Amino acid sequence: MNIDVVLCVPSCDGPVRKAFDVTGVTPAVATSGRLNEITSLEPADGYAGAVINAAAFPFVEAMNLCRQLRSRERGIGPIILLLDHYQLDDLTFREDLFDDFVVGPFDVSELATRLRHRLRRAGNESVAPRIDHGGLLMNLETYQASIAGRIMDLTYMEYELLRFLATNPNRVFTRETLLSRVWGYEYYGGARTVDVHVRRLRAKLGEEYAHLIQTVRSVGYKFGTTPNDYTPS
Amino acid sequence: MSSMQSQAQYVLRTVEERGIRFVQLWFTDVLGRHKAFHVTPAELEDALDQGMTFDGSSIDGFSRTQESDVLARPDLTTFQLLPWHDEGAGVARVFCDIVNIDGTPFEGCPRQGLRRVLNGAHDQGYTFFVAPEIEFFYFDDLDPSRLPRPIDQGSYFDLLPDDTASQVRRRTVLMLEEMGIGVEHAQHEDAPGQHEIDLRYTDALTMADTVMSVRHVVKELARQSGIAASFMPKPLAHAQGSGMHTHLSLWADERNAFVGDGPYGLSDVAVKFIAGLVHHAPEITAITNQWVNSYKRLVPGGEAPVGAGWARYDAAALVRVPSIKPGRIDSTRVEYRSPDPAANPYLAFAVILAAGLRGVNGDYELPKEGARTAALPQSLAEAVDLMEKSTLMHETLGAHQVEWFLRNKRAEWDAYRGQVTPFELERYLPLL
Repeated sequence: MNIDVVLCVPSCDGPVRKAFDVTGVTPAVATSGRLNEITSLEPADGYAGAVINAAAFPFVEAMNLCRQLRSRERGIGPIILLLDHYQLDDLTFREDLFDDFVVGPFDVSELATRLRHRLRRAGNESVAPRIDHGGLLMNLETYQASIAGRIMDLTYMEYELLRFLATNPNRVFTRETLLSRVWGYEYYGGARTVDVHVRRLRAKLGEEYAHLIQTVRSVGYKFGTTPNDYTPS
Repeated sequence: MSSMQSQAQYVLRTVEERGIRFVQLWFTDVLGRHKAFHVTPAELEDALDQGMTFDGSSIDGFSRTQESDVLARPDLTTFQLLPWHDEGAGVARVFCDIVNIDGTPFEGCPRQGLRRVLNGAHDQGYTFFVAPEIEFFYFDDLDPSRLPRPIDQGSYFDLLPDDTASQVRRRTVLMLEEMGIGVEHAQHEDAPGQHEIDLRYTDALTMADTVMSVRHVVKELARQSGIAASFMPKPLAHAQGSGMHTHLSLWADERNAFVGDGPYGLSDVAVKFIAGLVHHAPEITAITNQWVNSYKRLVPGGEAPVGAGWARYDAAALVRVPSIKPGRIDSTRVEYRSPDPAANPYLAFAVILAAGLRGVNGDYELPKEGARTAALPQSLAEAVDLMEKSTLMHETLGAHQVEWFLRNKRAEWDAYRGQVTPFELERYLPLL
């Protein structure tokens, strides 16, 4: 039988160790929390999940570790955070960096239940929603976009417009539709605003990828690499 | 989640993801000078939430007699990384509106001044689009103790061997594009060391922000290359000055409201807009050309306008109606040619729009093509006097800005008029 190995940073003592025993998974303890240590401890078939004791680090470092684990080529499985009560507020806007959390003092059965529950669900759970199309990569949870590996620095509206177009590839949208779906509120530019933002996005995509956003003459715009035939949306 | 909250979330998250060390909160004083606060990520959330309080009396045009604390409130839609800073120690900027402590717009904030005029146009169903052509010089340095030395000896459209200036200009254009600023083209201009960057149209508020960014990026990249850039309107006595010809159009929904059956394919709205520009040009010149030096550019013999009038082809006309490429009817526009790149872009776009709209709403009659209806002011003193008498300017800019501007500009004129210039010494000293 395959025993699941769960990464544990930076220690696995007391109730945490007991919870691992109860759950029947093996901890791999990376005391430094450094990626090379984590990789060297990794079993051949990868980690089944990770338990990060955020109370044992500066909080931002713990979040950075989660972020690094999330962005590894090889997945890490569900991430469970161990927290002090006062750290709860700091989780706001970082919900995507972990799957579950337990607040100290740690209760063995609670921790074991969450660990089991997360590991079981992990099989069906998808990773962070991403768009990957024609060289464009968007991580919808971290708001980061890159084109051919080069990070794009987008304003909020540019990001929102690109996300909308790229989640609906090869569909043609009129300027009015884009304005109401993406902006959704009064804006000075009126429908011309869309043209201006498309031009800005094309500039940021760079010459080689500018064609990802196609102009459909006298209709509007569409995202994608397929030939430019008009399909009403 | 409200739009404001998602924007704040986007900004905070990007700061964290991209390892940004400083966020610059940008704003502009009444003279169009670029100001900034630098906040660390730790302070950012508060700054986004509540704005940054500062003592307005320390900034030109922000001073009032009584209480002087004001707030810089970030406009989150303008959050943008500055691409010339190092990876890993990133710097971002966000433009701010200046508001009173009670949250009402501060009357000395040019950005909100423009917004107010744009809102007025919007209420009539119009959106105002602008596309400026920004001219400037590259010099060896900006040492005021000697005459400026242009970096090259090129002229209009010259394709020079790959010299420093062309390299810097090219890097500047790429940098601007990376910031989402659309550049139509860039070229060498008429005078030695003079270059031009033409921007693709956007709504006027975005463009005023963009002009501030462009001036900053042009200067910053020149500095990095060991040269210097200047937007001074007339830095060299014997070469043409730097202008900011600005292309204008009004849109009503999807339609270019300047397109019609009138002369040169212009609509009734366009014709009256031009009439408004021509009629009010002398009184708005104090804003579009706000320095003593601006009036050294507006002299006869060059391409700069000296009188109010309009034409299709005359390169020295104040208002020009550019020819449209066949099939590009949507690019119908008018070009207003007096402004210089050292103007405050927020106030300049505001008074230009206000003048044009006055013509539309007042059914102004278009003068004959090529006719000169009035002279443009020949000096800052004259321009300021015209501004003082102008109802249009008082209504557009508000009492606070007009009063402060008049005071500031008269002081500048007084400081200037007592100067004895090399011209006078050369001409008079041996003789008189």
